[in-house]
Amino acid sequence: MHRKESGKTKTDMVDSVHARHLLHSMIRIRRLEEKCAELYSAMKIRGFLHLYDGEEAVAVGVLEALTGDDAVVATYREHGHALIRGIGMGAILAEMYGKQDGCSRGRGGSMHLFDGKARFYGGNAIVGGGLPMAVGLALADKMQQRSRVTCCFFGDGAVAEGEFHESMNLAALWHLPVLFVCENNLYAMGTALKYSQAVVDLATKAASYGVAAAAVDGMDVLAVEKAAKEAAEVVRGSGKPFFFECRTYRFRAHSMYDPELYRSKAEVEEWKGRCPIATFAGKMKDQGTVGDGDIEKIEQDVAREIDEAVAFAEASPWESLEDLTRFVYSERRAP
Amino acid sequence: MTNSDKGLHKLTYREAVREAIREAMHKDERVFLMGEDVGRYGGCFAVSKGLLEEFGSERIRDTPLSESGFVGAGIGAALGGMRPIVEVMTVNFSLLAADQILNTAAVYLYMSGGQFNVPLVIRMATGGGRQLAAQHSRSLEGWYAHIPGIKVVCPATLEDARGMLWTALQDPDPVLIFENAGLYNMEGTVTATAGPVDIDRARVCRAGKDITIISYSASLHKSIEAAAILAKEGIEAEVIDLRSLRPLDEQTFLNSVAASHRALIVDEGCRSGSIAAEIAARIMENVFYELDAPVARLCSVEVPMPYAGHLEQAVLPQVDQIVNLVRKMVGADG
Repeated sequence: MHRKESGKTKTDMVDSVHARHLLHSMIRIRRLEEKCAELYSAMKIRGFLHLYDGEEAVAVGVLEALTGDDAVVATYREHGHALIRGIGMGAILAEMYGKQDGCSRGRGGSMHLFDGKARFYGGNAIVGGGLPMAVGLALADKMQQRSRVTCCFFGDGAVAEGEFHESMNLAALWHLPVLFVCENNLYAMGTALKYSQAVVDLATKAASYGVAAAAVDGMDVLAVEKAAKEAAEVVRGSGKPFFFECRTYRFRAHSMYDPELYRSKAEVEEWKGRCPIATFAGKMKDQGTVGDGDIEKIEQDVAREIDEAVAFAEASPWESLEDLTRFVYSERRAP
Repeated sequence: MTNSDKGLHKLTYREAVREAIREAMHKDERVFLMGEDVGRYGGCFAVSKGLLEEFGSERIRDTPLSESGFVGAGIGAALGGMRPIVEVMTVNFSLLAADQILNTAAVYLYMSGGQFNVPLVIRMATGGGRQLAAQHSRSLEGWYAHIPGIKVVCPATLEDARGMLWTALQDPDPVLIFENAGLYNMEGTVTATAGPVDIDRARVCRAGKDITIISYSASLHKSIEAAAILAKEGIEAEVIDLRSLRPLDEQTFLNSVAASHRALIVDEGCRSGSIAAEIAARIMENVFYELDAPVARLCSVEVPMPYAGHLEQAVLPQVDQIVNLVRKMVGADG
């Protein structure tokens, strides 16, 4: 078992192509979330909407460590994960519109994005509910002698659920290749970690199950990527689970209904000063790896992608009422 | 053991379930069994006794007391291409996994727009009658049958105990199999070639023209016993084994009630909001004008199950109660 802090990276030498790729990925998420907020106000998107602004480095950095064969289990704050995992922005937005071309055919909405081809298993809106599933996906891989990783995202709030503890124990007991990624944004909805956990150093909980763990500065995309790749290699090489804590912060309210009574504006502003996009862009510019022109081009590309995605969602038909009861049960026998 | 000249095979309900598991494990290497004490202990009700030695600890997998964790792991394993049989020791403990069953297994296909079906089988013991008091005696199969997205089956006979599992494993969606613990010692014979049976049709167990008794699981046997007593009095009761509570094969009982003009539902669940209530409603909706008497229900008394034997028996539906109710309904009670 090993535990380490890899939050502070040093020179972060990264080539220009990769730097632009990471920046592009984070900006895609940020601009998508901004558009979602706007569309929510315009009443195009309804229901619960949980935005990921501020946490982009986590999804982007971690998903860099996976291959297409690996599986992803995510939470209800999963637009960014879905997008970076390869689900088209159009299909994501169409889903939030409740349209037929949505990635869940309008049956899931913002909290339940799915894609079989991307091995993206949701979109789970029961806190902690996805962890046992990740254990099972990894068990299936192990029993079928496949060398794949199941990557399971969850928040700090999930650590209080029994399913977290049951899943950590099962994965450790049965030696299952699960990369548990805790997106610790310090608040379970409106309750700060210190008010819900007697021990706020979450990695120590993993250690108590004999699970290797690491914590990383979740606002630093290069640090996340580097540590996530190391963690994924441990999982791949050992076939055993790994607990990977990303210390991050959400810039927006928990959902669109949250008046944010539980945290100060000063605290939010302080964290915004550590914006993963701005700090990474600044660092890359200082190093001369990325120029203003590059960023401008990324913004233009993303703006076009968003325009196209909105147009796609707008144009998509509504699911027919005749199909209301489709998919309660399968239409075919399993092979 | 076998009565080969008749091609019959004598066994208990417990052995029928075990044979079904063994056969499934042999036929499909994706099938495995996991649950509390299924391996080294041999199963809380000894259903899986001997299977660990035969199949090894990877496929007969003891789990920690983590119902939510291992039921959820079963869901994940099913999504990952395996065909897990998850044994939850009793329905009472399944409430610790209710989130996984109701909020994940039952909804994943729909919520994903048809992308992720969950071919999971969950077996659990159900029912009262063994003086195990309030926390070990629930009959919640009707409660689970409320939920779209899962199937709920209740084998009452040896043939069904033997044959429903394979069909459930072939199903692309989650199937819950409820085994009434009072039936495990029931002995009988099945044909040596007994095999898979359907899991979506009710069955007429006994033909009769005067009244239809609709039941399932352990209560079915009480209903059959009552029908035999009534037959001696010249009252011919038709007895229907629902077999599946979701989907509910209403056509079979509606046809029967339309012909017999009377219906009694015998259900070990509590009366309020029960599957018996659902069946009564469907009879009213569909064959109301065929009825010669109000639909009647015999369910468990609505109390937490008491420990004392005489109190517990007073809670559960009994043969003499069925007999008396039927006599009243057909106007034969003087």
